[in-house]
Amino acid sequence: MTDTAAGTDRRVGWYHQMWTIRLFEEKVQELFMGGLIQGTTHLCQGQEAVSVGSIAAMTKGDVQTNTYRGHGEALALGMTPETGFAELMGRATGGSKGVGGSMHFIDTSLGNIGANAIVGAGLPIAVGAALAFKLQKRPFGALTFFGDGATNIGTFHEALNMAAVWKTPVVFIITNNLYGEYSPQMTTTSTVDLARRADPHGMPGIVVDGQDVDVVNATVSEALERARAGGGPSLLEMKTYRYRGHSRTDPAKYRAPGELERWKERDPITLLGAKLAAEGLLSTEEQEAIKTKVQADIDAAALRAAEAPILTLEETRQYVYAD
Amino acid sequence: MSTLTEAAPAQETAPVAVELTYREAINAALEDEMSSDPTVVLLGEDVDADGGVFKTNIGLPEKFPGRVLATPICENGFMGVALGMSITGMRPVVEIMFADFLPTAGDAIVNQLPKYRYMSGGQFAVPVTVRISSGGGGRFGTQHSATAESWYMAQPGMRIATASSPQAAYELLRAAIRNNDPVLFYEHKVLYARKGLVQRGVISDVGTARVLREGTDVTIVATLLMVEKSLAAAEALAADGISAEVIDLRWIRPLDHASVEASVRKTGRLVIAEEQWHEGGWGATLISKLAQTRIPWKASPTAVSLPHDLLIPYSPTLEDQMIPSAEKIAAAARTAVGR
Repeated sequence: MTDTAAGTDRRVGWYHQMWTIRLFEEKVQELFMGGLIQGTTHLCQGQEAVSVGSIAAMTKGDVQTNTYRGHGEALALGMTPETGFAELMGRATGGSKGVGGSMHFIDTSLGNIGANAIVGAGLPIAVGAALAFKLQKRPFGALTFFGDGATNIGTFHEALNMAAVWKTPVVFIITNNLYGEYSPQMTTTSTVDLARRADPHGMPGIVVDGQDVDVVNATVSEALERARAGGGPSLLEMKTYRYRGHSRTDPAKYRAPGELERWKERDPITLLGAKLAAEGLLSTEEQEAIKTKVQADIDAAALRAAEAPILTLEETRQYVYAD
Repeated sequence: MSTLTEAAPAQETAPVAVELTYREAINAALEDEMSSDPTVVLLGEDVDADGGVFKTNIGLPEKFPGRVLATPICENGFMGVALGMSITGMRPVVEIMFADFLPTAGDAIVNQLPKYRYMSGGQFAVPVTVRISSGGGGRFGTQHSATAESWYMAQPGMRIATASSPQAAYELLRAAIRNNDPVLFYEHKVLYARKGLVQRGVISDVGTARVLREGTDVTIVATLLMVEKSLAAAEALAADGISAEVIDLRWIRPLDHASVEASVRKTGRLVIAEEQWHEGGWGATLISKLAQTRIPWKASPTAVSLPHDLLIPYSPTLEDQMIPSAEKIAAAARTAVGR
């Protein structure tokens, strides 16, 4: 990011992306009420800076895995809201043809090689991709996103160990939103700063302000460049917060009074907007115009998605086996 | 389901039968696949050390530097690594030291490998082969003796192969590695030292059982070590004037019930010979499938299996009583025939 103008455009782009994620998920909630989307969703509202800032560190050829709370990463990678809505509506035009659903927003052409509904499962997969890059001398790296809760499951420790032993080009990103499902971190986890779980593996472990997209991007970019250059893996802990409950049916009553409001005072979109305004890069009027435009695009995308056909059950058979 | 019928690449050695042990046949299949496809890698616990725990990998680390990779002891973790490699351009073969360890990779085997393609709407192929050393008779006690070949048989998205001889091991393993879907490939510990003629260059189809001995009075279906015990039983039965047909099932998923049905239509009698408990296994599934056809049975189908509600003990005397013998298989066949 040596070119100032390009840098500016980029950050305006991030602002746009964060609104896309925020309003996409707002629409998801609305479509649930109308019955167009069923089952469950795990919304990432409040965590947009982690998704957008991290994904912006990727370049062509890099890959990432994420989780059932993966709308943010998928949209930041370039999945269109229409493709996302179509997936949520079970339509053939969805990213996973409507068979995946909310927890599996995947597009391998964009470097999105997995969105997993099993806690911790995406980490070894990302290590595997990174190992393949290393063995085949391809100059790429892998990111893997997971929650604070995943740092207690075996695959987290297994993946960090393997990545450290093999020096694979992978960056582990903890989206620490303070709750593993309904349980506060301190009731389930023996470590306060989860980044410290990097220490026994001899890799850098960094606590990051997950509300500030600039800080997120700078930290992930440095870790990813280091990984690609053969410097080994890193563990980054993004301190952030989810505005909604764990899943659609969770009203999040376990939160302390005032906690949500305190976090909203450092809302990632507001934070970037204030910086861009202060730097004279994007006025409040221009910001309002972006939000209005994104909302109109989201509304139109949802309408178009609802028009798409649904596969027959027999047509999904081709996705079971490749041979 | 498709069938792998492609001929072996022209540059390969023309099929010549050579005598190999079962472990050498596995080694030959690995060598031939690693030679023909630079994306094939072998990983697992101790795979590069002294030929691996069952000496199946002798010479491979030297022939293919950097492509035989020892992992930490973390089956679920390295199975996920293999998946990640398979969707980014490689074709990993994973070695599981004992079948009993496979459940520690339960999530990868149940939720990841067989579902990964489907839940992406067909964006991926997942060409991972899992080589599993299985079976009792080694005096290894109850946590190192399972065949376990039916534990994961009910999963769409997964293929399961079992090898009963050196030739079967060679051609099935090559087919498994070439397949673009995840394959669980079961080897049997007791068979590693068995010798047999192996035609290199032959690659098995996917999903077809094989009639190893033709007969007219009773059909015996078996996998792994039970195949040679069934052949021994058939020999003994022949001496008594009973003609037994022996089928090596080879594939558990897809399960070739059509071949078994064709045989049972001829014989009217069926004996399942399985080194596993009968409940929830391929034997019970075969009987269920056949029960849904109009076969003119001459006797009820029976199964020779691990004894109900007993576990595999260490004591050599007791372990030998636990595992089905050729005599027990022959006795079941005699009962079916009514002699």
